[in-house]
Amino acid sequence: MEGSVAELRETFKSGRTRSVAWRKNQLKALLDLVNENEESIFKALHQDLGKDPVESYRDEVGVIQKSVSYSLSCLDKWVAPKKGELPLLFFPAKGQVLPEPLGVVLIFSSWNFPITLTLDPLIGAISAGNTVLLKPSELAPASLSFLIETIPLYLDNKAIKVIGGGADVGERLLKLKWDKIFFTGSPRVGRLVMTAAARYLTPVTLELGGKCPAIMDALSSPSKTKVAAKRIVGGKWGPCTGQACIAIDYLLVEDKIASTLIELLKKTIKRFYGENIKDLKSISRIVNKHQLQRLHNFLKDPHVAASVVYGGSVNEEKLVIEPTILLDPPLDSEIMTEEIFGPLLPIITLKNIEESIEFINSKPNPLVIYAFTEDETFKKRILSETSSGAVTFNDSMVQFLSDTLPFGGVGQSGFGRYHGKYSFDTFSHEKAVMHRAFFPELEPRYPPWNDFKLRFLKLAYRFDYFGIILLLIGLKRS
Amino acid sequence: MTIVSAAAAAALFKDCTRCFKFSSIVGVGLGGTLTYRHTYKINRVHFSGSIPSSYYCCATLSITMEEVKPTFDVDKAAVLVNEMRKTFSSGKTKSYEWRMSQLESISKMIDEKEKEIIEALHKDLSKPELEAFLSEILMTKSSCKLALKELKHWMMPKKVETSMATYPSSAEIVSEPLGVVLVISTWNFPFLLSLDPVIGAIAAGNAVVLKPSEIAPATSSLLTKLLGEYVDESAIRVVEGAVRETSALLEQKWDKIFFTGGARVGRIVMAAAAKHLTPVTLELGGKCPAVVDSNVNLQVTAKRIIAGKWACNNGQACIGVDYIITTKEFAQKLIDSLRSVLEEFFGKDPMESKDLSRIVNSFQFMRLVNLLDEDKVSDKIVFGGQRDESQLQIAPTILLDVPEDSLIMQEEIFGPLLPIMTVEKLEDSLDMINRKPKPLAAYLFSDDEQIKSKFVQNISAGGIAINDTVLQLTVSGLPFGGVGESGMGSYHGEFSFDAFSHKKAVLYRSFAGDAPTRYPPYTPGKQKQMKALVSGNIFNIILALLGWFRD
Repeated sequence: MEGSVAELRETFKSGRTRSVAWRKNQLKALLDLVNENEESIFKALHQDLGKDPVESYRDEVGVIQKSVSYSLSCLDKWVAPKKGELPLLFFPAKGQVLPEPLGVVLIFSSWNFPITLTLDPLIGAISAGNTVLLKPSELAPASLSFLIETIPLYLDNKAIKVIGGGADVGERLLKLKWDKIFFTGSPRVGRLVMTAAARYLTPVTLELGGKCPAIMDALSSPSKTKVAAKRIVGGKWGPCTGQACIAIDYLLVEDKIASTLIELLKKTIKRFYGENIKDLKSISRIVNKHQLQRLHNFLKDPHVAASVVYGGSVNEEKLVIEPTILLDPPLDSEIMTEEIFGPLLPIITLKNIEESIEFINSKPNPLVIYAFTEDETFKKRILSETSSGAVTFNDSMVQFLSDTLPFGGVGQSGFGRYHGKYSFDTFSHEKAVMHRAFFPELEPRYPPWNDFKLRFLKLAYRFDYFGIILLLIGLKRS
Repeated sequence: MTIVSAAAAAALFKDCTRCFKFSSIVGVGLGGTLTYRHTYKINRVHFSGSIPSSYYCCATLSITMEEVKPTFDVDKAAVLVNEMRKTFSSGKTKSYEWRMSQLESISKMIDEKEKEIIEALHKDLSKPELEAFLSEILMTKSSCKLALKELKHWMMPKKVETSMATYPSSAEIVSEPLGVVLVISTWNFPFLLSLDPVIGAIAAGNAVVLKPSEIAPATSSLLTKLLGEYVDESAIRVVEGAVRETSALLEQKWDKIFFTGGARVGRIVMAAAAKHLTPVTLELGGKCPAVVDSNVNLQVTAKRIIAGKWACNNGQACIGVDYIITTKEFAQKLIDSLRSVLEEFFGKDPMESKDLSRIVNSFQFMRLVNLLDEDKVSDKIVFGGQRDESQLQIAPTILLDVPEDSLIMQEEIFGPLLPIMTVEKLEDSLDMINRKPKPLAAYLFSDDEQIKSKFVQNISAGGIAINDTVLQLTVSGLPFGGVGESGMGSYHGEFSFDAFSHKKAVLYRSFAGDAPTRYPPYTPGKQKQMKALVSGNIFNIILALLGWFRD
């Protein structure tokens, strides 16, 4: 392992990865990798998580295709130095901000979107000209071996490497010096990563999770409510059956519309995924026994079990949990204090939907807040009075697809951001460069200090050019 | 500085008086702490009773207690953060009006208290008045003025385009304050480096706790006094103190920590921040090189190097020139020129000059003297070298070709010593720089376009200035911050605002245009439609949209 990291450093030092041509070649090769191996990816994801090919395309293959194409089309613009404005006082001078690669970077990804969460940051790291070690999760073994086998066939082997293994490998990797660590996973491991990074002053991006709420206000027409219900179901069970950091965790709703909404949700679930647990379709399974147990334990709390209004059955053998809706489980139960990360949807009823702001603020900052509402004042209140990585109005999940929006958390949901240009920035250092000529020279900058110089500088800092001229004339006169 | 608990101090006092005399006891602090104002060297004292073993007293233990205030411990820090959090939760600091009023107060404070500030800086560092004015007061003021002028613009949500995949929708990026932030500053520019980040934090709408450096005590207590007088105490607070107070602060959960100082403490800060997943900005230092080509205007180059070395807090600056690299044959010319300009700036006897800051304290003085007195270094002095411990002054000193493995070439110098390293070809300087950790700034003096572009491309540093020094710091349009060992994160101008803001992604969707492609039950047809959307090809999208009506 130490050897491969040394090789990555050698490659970076050679300067090869800095050339825009190399970056573009690698991005194109990555696109080929995804295009030519679509079927193998579908297979691996089905093996690891029971993902349907369409879901796999929507959440993984398609996302990567879109991201690579976008980066390819923008790269020339991104690498170009940006002008920094300089005050006239420094004339003639030129200021620019020049992005440069950070060096050798380490990317940890997680098991729920094993392809997207590995390759999407990789696109940013390549675009910025770094060498990369990928450490995908060992909990999605088929995807991991796909990445280990396929990446060397397509990408520059001396600059981009993949490593398998569990926590022990992760620990060993964290003992080495990196120029950037990009981590997707839980807050617990996030802390370990940042603590290890501190030793070498390595900057980190932490993409964590949190309990993402969805607020459901009363809408003006039944058809809109129907669309909202679809989007809620799609945002809960759609992405890897709720095992997603941006999936809806719980739903806040006014008590007077709760029952209508529950009926609508039930209907939509049945239409999307089927009637009962035996023949669920178009839905992923739970990743492993451990996670299934964790989720099952939420339901074993008798107060929680009593709140189940739909679903609730568990098939331990097949690692399947039925889409489950719970109405007002106790707020101090684990299901309402921990991130759920699975197909259980608690609905919390409120007297007035505006109380949802207080409710959300009583918990750590989520990665996303979803709000279905047509009330512009309420929208403004949500925006200014809550804090989250992102806010999406009247939809779920789609913010993830927007290359122009930064994706990342705040507080407990992490820090740093990526996607589109933000991915490029995450893996770049913005170097400030100032070019000066030798003339003209402003003598008042230099000692020995005297009163004239002080007056000159005071004017100069106010950019009072007229005053400077007067002062200079005054000097001439005396 | 060692601070012992009240019980320990009392016992220490009792035991120590048996063998030693204390010259003065300043008083008993409100928190019950005994405070002394003297340094003692104690041979060996045996403690009994309530003294923990960690207060073991040996020859090197010195008790220098200046603190007359109640001790600030973890509990007090927790209370403070709690109060600040309450203020932040009230939403008061988020309003544009509050931010403006606080910034205006700071601007007013700088105008009205100019004299006191200059006095404090003189007490701490003997900073020449004009230098203090230029590098601290004016810089802080212009930073404040810029924030006042641009705040409305910075706060405005930025509209962004949305993609076909999310059509129809609109999106924007909203800047929101991070919450309760901690700013830890340092002693070399104790006024600027304290207030400049605080201005950013206020502009972004946060509640701030500032911990100035105890090594510049006059400025530290002035900041406490002035901020208490001028700004909203419920949201902006100063905590004075040293290691103990800083540790107590670092135990707390902050929403951002902004640290200026050395890499060693930077690591401690980041590790402490990790516990609470707090993002950090680390403004560290490093050995900033200046490469000098032989084709330059020698007079101007010498002036600008001196401006970036000795006229910049006597070399005690994170972006000051640390060492020079030039060619073998040019070195002597450069030295001659530096010598004559130094004389022009600071007179025949620089030890008498009023235009040079002094070394901050005897610890730093000794550190610098040690660098100078190392074997194989002391005989390389070609200019200067005089020192006066009682005045904490070291004359501007130039050294020629010290060994690369000497301490002075390994450590950040942070003082008035300037080693000049020579290379055969100027290109070799790039290797020499790249062998060391990444500096905060790198300077090049040259008229050769090729060398310039090579330098800019191949030297990784926080910032680069060509044909000048330090000036890049004054440009609000350029981000200021390090990379690698010189730190992470950047500030100044709008970058300061961003350093203390979270950029919230906001996507607005309507209920119309709901493509069932997204939803299960999944069919092969849906996969095709999705591909069309991802491709962004208009014709494909139209087909997909038709598909949407078909569904």
